[in-house]
Amino acid sequence: MIELPPGLILIVGAFLLPFFHGNVRNIYMLLLPIFGIWGLLTVSNGVYFPFEIFGYNLSPVRIDRLSLLFGYIFHIAAIISLIYAFHLKDTVQQMAGLIYAGAAIGGAFAGDLITLFIYWEITAIASVFLIWSSRTEASFKAGMRYLIIQVGSGVLLLAGAIIHFHKTGSIAFDKMNLSGLGPILIFVAFGIKAAFPLLHNWLVDAYPEATVTGTVFLSAFTTKLAIYALARGFPGTEMLIWIGATMTAFPIFYAVIENNLRRVLTYSLNNQLGFMVVGIGIGTELSINGTAAHAFSHILYKAVLFMSMGAVLYRTGTIKGSELGGLYKTMPYTTGFCIVGAASASAFPLFSGFISKSLIVTAAAVEGHWFVWGVLLFASASVFYHSGIKIPYFAFFQHDSGKRPQEAPKNMLAAMGIAAFLCIAIGVYPYWLYDILPYNVDYKPYTTTHVVTQLQLLFFSALAFGWLMRTGLYPPELKSTNLDFDWSYRVFIPKILNIVANSIKIINASLESVIHKILAFVNANLSKHHGRSGILARTSSLGGSVTMIISVLAVLIIIFYFET
Amino acid sequence: MFEFLTPHQAILIVVIPLLASPICLIVRHSGIAWLIALVASWISFAIAINLLNQVTTVGPISYLLGNWPAPWGIEYKVDTLSAFVLLFISGISSITLIFARKSVYFEIAEDRIYLFYTMFLLAFAGLLGITITGDAFNLFVFLEISSLSSYVLISLGSSRNALTAAYRYLILGTVGATFYVIGVGLLYQMTGTLNIADLADRMPELSDTKTVLISLGFITVGIGLKLGLFPLHVWLPNAYAYAPSVVTAFLAATATKVAVYVLLRVYFTIFGYQIFNKLVIDELLLVLGLIAVISMSIVAIFQTNIKKLLAYSSVAQVGYMVIGISAVTVTGLTSTILHLFNHALIKGGLFLALAAIFLRIKSVKIDDMAGLGKLMPFTMAAFLMSGLSLIGVPLTVGFISKWYLILATLEKGWWPVAIIVLIGSLLSIVYVWKVIEIAYFRPVPDKSSKIKEAPLSMLIPIWILVTANYYFGIATDYTISSALSAAKELMGVAL
Repeated sequence: MIELPPGLILIVGAFLLPFFHGNVRNIYMLLLPIFGIWGLLTVSNGVYFPFEIFGYNLSPVRIDRLSLLFGYIFHIAAIISLIYAFHLKDTVQQMAGLIYAGAAIGGAFAGDLITLFIYWEITAIASVFLIWSSRTEASFKAGMRYLIIQVGSGVLLLAGAIIHFHKTGSIAFDKMNLSGLGPILIFVAFGIKAAFPLLHNWLVDAYPEATVTGTVFLSAFTTKLAIYALARGFPGTEMLIWIGATMTAFPIFYAVIENNLRRVLTYSLNNQLGFMVVGIGIGTELSINGTAAHAFSHILYKAVLFMSMGAVLYRTGTIKGSELGGLYKTMPYTTGFCIVGAASASAFPLFSGFISKSLIVTAAAVEGHWFVWGVLLFASASVFYHSGIKIPYFAFFQHDSGKRPQEAPKNMLAAMGIAAFLCIAIGVYPYWLYDILPYNVDYKPYTTTHVVTQLQLLFFSALAFGWLMRTGLYPPELKSTNLDFDWSYRVFIPKILNIVANSIKIINASLESVIHKILAFVNANLSKHHGRSGILARTSSLGGSVTMIISVLAVLIIIFYFET
Repeated sequence: MFEFLTPHQAILIVVIPLLASPICLIVRHSGIAWLIALVASWISFAIAINLLNQVTTVGPISYLLGNWPAPWGIEYKVDTLSAFVLLFISGISSITLIFARKSVYFEIAEDRIYLFYTMFLLAFAGLLGITITGDAFNLFVFLEISSLSSYVLISLGSSRNALTAAYRYLILGTVGATFYVIGVGLLYQMTGTLNIADLADRMPELSDTKTVLISLGFITVGIGLKLGLFPLHVWLPNAYAYAPSVVTAFLAATATKVAVYVLLRVYFTIFGYQIFNKLVIDELLLVLGLIAVISMSIVAIFQTNIKKLLAYSSVAQVGYMVIGISAVTVTGLTSTILHLFNHALIKGGLFLALAAIFLRIKSVKIDDMAGLGKLMPFTMAAFLMSGLSLIGVPLTVGFISKWYLILATLEKGWWPVAIIVLIGSLLSIVYVWKVIEIAYFRPVPDKSSKIKEAPLSMLIPIWILVTANYYFGIATDYTISSALSAAKELMGVAL
């Protein structure tokens, strides 16, 4: 049985946070997700707390293997992110983080589209505070753009859900076919949150602007909730294979030339989402398993990477590749954890990425999508290139920047340690993860072919990096701004809008004076009849009232008399 | 213990308050009179709950007074509609009476308080009687009982204007009652019966005769006066504005609703919905309803006395109910019946909150309410939340009834009507917001800085109503299923 909807304990608990202080608060925060995951360990599959409102049958909690897997990893991510944020004294960020995590968990268990929509919007609103908490002009603007896009995605979801309901009579959140307006709107809503190509700009726009700790939260929940939603709603939709393949390939180029290392990680995050989307698109048991497993391990290693970069930012105040280097001398643990995360991201054998990503790549091969398979291989190689080598190399090694920051705070190290440990643990003993996947797995990651192929891929990629660095062909990390698709709506559209706005202003001014005149006229007339001494509000004499009543009667009777 | 009384519930619900009333007169003690009124009202409420349960499970109840068989003796009849109306009248009265003790002490001279409760119980018994009786003339008797006692109640108001307002209501109300009884007399002449069920049986063959149609005209105007149908509402704003606060809350929540109930009975039970095919009466009601919604809302916006503002808003709300009737469909009637109940909760909450405010600031003028949001946070929050319900914000009861009304108009294809209903909601935002803005956004003036929050004995009843506004706005099963089956009964649709 289950006493509370999962995730709710975090949301409700967040509101009690201001009553605790210091270490008690830290322990209290940590207890919430621990209780939450404890509750998940004992539940059985099924739908809980169903009720009906306005004729919609809602099922706020639906538990099955797919939702449970995401439930587990969201809880683990919440625990890690919370430990990482222990040193904060910022109540707003802590509450936002808890509510955000709770809403993402709740969303993963939503059994109907309305509940999903509610949690969908809570994640959007709660998470924007993690961006705004940087308290810079840039973060405010980025947060605003982020909020508009996220809430917009929620609105699309709601619109789609209502249309879907009226067409099918069911509001349940199950597999849908991509036909008709309803499912298409829902699909686009999911696509925005999952950062599909050309819908992805909010991701690279907002995540690097969030606080050191906020980015860790952000990297875990929003996009993965969208992945879950896609896996639940649109498995086997072929279009997703091509969308996913594009997603794996095109952020790479941005990642290679980007100087802000947190932004590099965000591009890499986008690229990893591509793998998961491909897995959903293929839609076989193996590939859905791959998507779920990859989401699981991805959350962990991306957290390690964001945490280590966060620690660097926290200690040095900058995250530009061109200003860093040589930090391994004073931040050895952070360096070590970062390398573990990088190795997992690059899918080194014995690390978590290897055992999850290979499920998807194999699924593509099994289904005969050879072109996609090739793209995935190319993308895998390049992940190693920008996540695996570039991040640790530019931050911790490279030429010595002369910076000698302290090692990261203990709570950060602990959080990174836990996440890094899990990365290795899953990589070494994958069956622990395989056992909780949505479908039963009969897959052996450690075959000679797999390992050798992967190692070849990695070594050639490393070779390319080495060669480019040696020959000086590697694009130097310059302080530059890279134009992405979002230039169109951040610069171009505003310019056009400005011109339009100016012309509207002129028309408006003339219209306004006309309307003012009309309003004044209406108001004068309204108050003449409806005002306090107007005819409609006056208490006329008794005789007058009775006369009126009699005349109403007379009119009625005359009408009735002559009508029949 | 009281099982032997169960078959007599239908009469007891009326008789208990009716007999309690003279007892109040005899004891002549304000506190005991209050207690008697309270107990009587709560017993009636309990019986009403029981009756509705019984009606929904077993079907309509018929009770023969003195065991005289139906067409000759007086019959009391409880079906879903009357049980539903009984329920909220007795409920509102019971909650208002908890509230009344402090408010009445403040507004009425102590040596007259026992008279107040005497009259209150009479009015209450009259309203219940109108609802439960199955006899058209008996209905007139109860109409007069409730009307005469409410004239007295209104005249007890502290301002001198109360007397003229009561006098005006007396004259106009009597004209209305006379019209009703003339109408009933014409029907009696044609059919030889006064029993409502019997009248209904004989109506189809007579419904073309001029006499019957003219009787319908008289009854429509007579009851229209009572329910505050535009333009017959002229007595209402002053009566509400100058009556003691508790009386305003009680009458606004119940008296006009009972009049709407009578209208439904006459139109749909006696004459049958077919009458609307013959006469333009539905178009007339629609036009009057629409004018009421827009025009009275605008008048409300211009008011500075909040009691009058809410009174005009009530006339506008009656407009919504009349529009529901004019649709002559199950959905339309459902919306009307729902709005009877919902508007009772809304206006009950608003007028009680206003009564608590009057207790503290001794005024209901909008300018004196500056800064009340800080001084009386719980009372103002209740006012705000009931106001949201009046506007019809989702999750409130106001939303539910407007939703059904719009469904009903769209079913008929009346797009413009739906739009006007929505405009009416927008206007209600304006007049509710007017109060909120002054109370929350004006600084506290120095002279009122000592004002305290209302006492708990007032806050509890207010918040019971506010909670009901939201509870029934979310858990809609109970009210909607009752209203729907009542509407189906009226339209003669199989349940």
